[in-house]
Amino acid sequence: MKTIKTCVTALISALLVFSPVAYADKWSDQFPHIKATGDIPGDCSYESMSKKNYKGKTLKINTHAVPVMGEPTALHAEQFAKLTGAKVDVTHTPAGDLYAKAMVPFQAGQAPYDIVFGFSNFINDWRRYLEPVPKKYVEMKQMKDVTPSHIGVASWDGVMYQFPVDGDRHYLKYRKDVIDNPEYQKQYKEATGKELKVPTTWKEYGEMAAYFNGWDWDGDGEKEYGSAEVMKKDDLMYAAFYSRSAAYSKNPKTPGGFFFDLETMEPLINNPGFVEALTDWVAATKYVPPGGINFGLGDEIGSFGGGQTLFSFSWDDAFVAAMQPDSPINNKVGAAQLPGATKVWNRKTNSWDEGFNQAPFFVWGWAVGVAKKSKEKEMAFDYLCFFANEANHQADIGIGRFGVNPFRNDDFKVDVWTQIGWDKDIAQSYVDTLAQMEQSKNRVFPLRVPGTFEFNAALATAAAKALAGQLSPQAALDEAAKQWNDILNRVGKDNVRKAYAVGVAMEDNKQ
Amino acid sequence: MNFKHKFVFLFPGLFVLIGILIFPIIFTIRLSLSGWNSYTPEMNFIGITNYIRLFTDDPRFWESFFRLSFLSVTTVILQYVIGFALAMIVWREIKFKRFFRVIFLVPMMTTPVIMTVIWRTFFHESLGPVNDLLGGLGVKPILWLSDPVIAKFTVIIVEVWQWTPFMFLLLLAGLLSLPKEPFLAAAIDGASPFRKFVYVTFPLMAPISIGAIIIRLIEASKIMDTVFVLTSGGPGTATETSSFYIYIKGLREFQMGYAATLSFTYLVIMIISLTIIAKVLTKLMIKE
Repeated sequence: MKTIKTCVTALISALLVFSPVAYADKWSDQFPHIKATGDIPGDCSYESMSKKNYKGKTLKINTHAVPVMGEPTALHAEQFAKLTGAKVDVTHTPAGDLYAKAMVPFQAGQAPYDIVFGFSNFINDWRRYLEPVPKKYVEMKQMKDVTPSHIGVASWDGVMYQFPVDGDRHYLKYRKDVIDNPEYQKQYKEATGKELKVPTTWKEYGEMAAYFNGWDWDGDGEKEYGSAEVMKKDDLMYAAFYSRSAAYSKNPKTPGGFFFDLETMEPLINNPGFVEALTDWVAATKYVPPGGINFGLGDEIGSFGGGQTLFSFSWDDAFVAAMQPDSPINNKVGAAQLPGATKVWNRKTNSWDEGFNQAPFFVWGWAVGVAKKSKEKEMAFDYLCFFANEANHQADIGIGRFGVNPFRNDDFKVDVWTQIGWDKDIAQSYVDTLAQMEQSKNRVFPLRVPGTFEFNAALATAAAKALAGQLSPQAALDEAAKQWNDILNRVGKDNVRKAYAVGVAMEDNKQ
Repeated sequence: MNFKHKFVFLFPGLFVLIGILIFPIIFTIRLSLSGWNSYTPEMNFIGITNYIRLFTDDPRFWESFFRLSFLSVTTVILQYVIGFALAMIVWREIKFKRFFRVIFLVPMMTTPVIMTVIWRTFFHESLGPVNDLLGGLGVKPILWLSDPVIAKFTVIIVEVWQWTPFMFLLLLAGLLSLPKEPFLAAAIDGASPFRKFVYVTFPLMAPISIGAIIIRLIEASKIMDTVFVLTSGGPGTATETSSFYIYIKGLREFQMGYAATLSFTYLVIMIISLTIIAKVLTKLMIKE
């Protein structure tokens, strides 16, 4: 009998340690979302939140549309309501309207929402209306694990205004089963005379994407295409363009600005580096799926994640979606740094510097803050803390459509990903890619200046005109540069320079 | 009762008029003279700077306006022709007349945004059923939403589908209210159906037609939801209309002052152009 008891105890212990479903506790019974880990003790765990009593109070949240960030917001709102007795109203807003939906009441001195979601580069415009994250949350254990770069992203002048819930960067995703396929490697070599491998330059990316465009290369009876990219004007396409531009325009020999020359504040976005990138991108319209020129982020995630294309580059979501158990391309994808270029524009010498150049784009990501005028600040911060607690975070980062991506040191461990079913080599390539980006000394960070939205919108409109064939790449970027100058004049060059200098210092590795 | 006191009864209506019409216009004019944006959140006074910018340095607004003119005139002409044809069909004694009258009205009763989402799904170039169907007939996929020219016609298709029933409804009501005598006289004279339409029905319907066209032109010139959902103004700016552009400037880029300038200018242009159109239509269609 004793032997049986010992065996049973050992078995249960083993299950608790090794099996994802074996962490079942009273919380994961009620909240299956965390069934893989169960509740993880902490200041904002399920257990801790259940001791709070917000009965009779209402928390109002404005977040993104479902599913990206909108779905986890709603899910955690429902959980939070069950645990604390609070009523949580969640409003879903399209990405392009998040900024204004918060800014209109902010400027009118009202607080229709206690919590507002947006992008981290809104911080300069929003911070005066947001409540700084209280010290007790900043010093919590779960916050200590956030990487320094993402603490920096959420802060301005050392004050944290945005509660870290997400960490983003752009990188390359590719179909490993195609790129590593000896048959296709041979076929590609015969057709082009070149090696089929993970592309290291945008030119290689384009050549491979064009070759694998418009035919059924995975044998599913459907046509596949070269690349899925965010090309829709008002749906973050500016970020995709910056990713393509970084390799041609971020020259480590010319510090002092990627978007502007920090000294003169002259826009750099129409220099030959950016024009080359836009020329490549216009060519890319030939190897995206039909309608790909109208793909927003959700379309890109669905397209690559659904197995429709060979390549994709943008946020983590498409990769994580592709790696989900129900994905048709589960464990058939790989991650790598964004492609580079064999030349980079030198704005000091006004010529191309020959040689390989690569620059990761730290596009940052979702950000969330609590309105200064909110009457429920404590509950709001508790919600955010609960949203990002260890158990929720681990569950969220494994669901591609959620848009919650790694921003904690623990997320860069291979085990975190193999536990949710990823092949070890894929998990390794994924964490290596993210880690290499953190270590790069030639990074690009997005604009965080007054009027960020105007700058990005002007660039996106110009790039969209080029993609649609309305303007040549040079004419489109000249138009954007002119508009950037107009915006600079309206906002004030010194105002923009002061804010831009913060980002440039990070790019130039001075912070 | 003192005669003067009668005016007291006008005050409620007057207050409503001031509240919902006069005040917003005056506020918009004042806002248009300010530089209110994300980094200057105040109603400062910058004179006519925004108007100078609009008239000297904003070709995108004028492009969107001419695009809007093309879209609205084309859609309204198509709606009028199709609406008139449908109204003529159910005006006559045909089988299932009531059924058809209801069926023809269904598109108008649906929610434009929802229906546009459905249309967008239909026209999706790689996943939508329209290209699938055409593919079955051996036709190459059509870039319904990605080609700058075709995308405009896609917007027109959706708009015509959605709003032709409105035109149909007005024109049918007009047809049903026409006097019978002119038609009897034409029948006695042995007029053919074509001559009856040209010389009796159409002239009698002219006043109603003008009203219907003007109402639809006013509505079509505000086209926003279809463009927003179907194409987001793209590809590039190929389907961007004035109202969508004003929305982008105001609520996307948060240039409130400048968006107010655009709105007020647009309002003035629309009042003038619709007045001219109404007069021209009257001259063309109504013969004394």
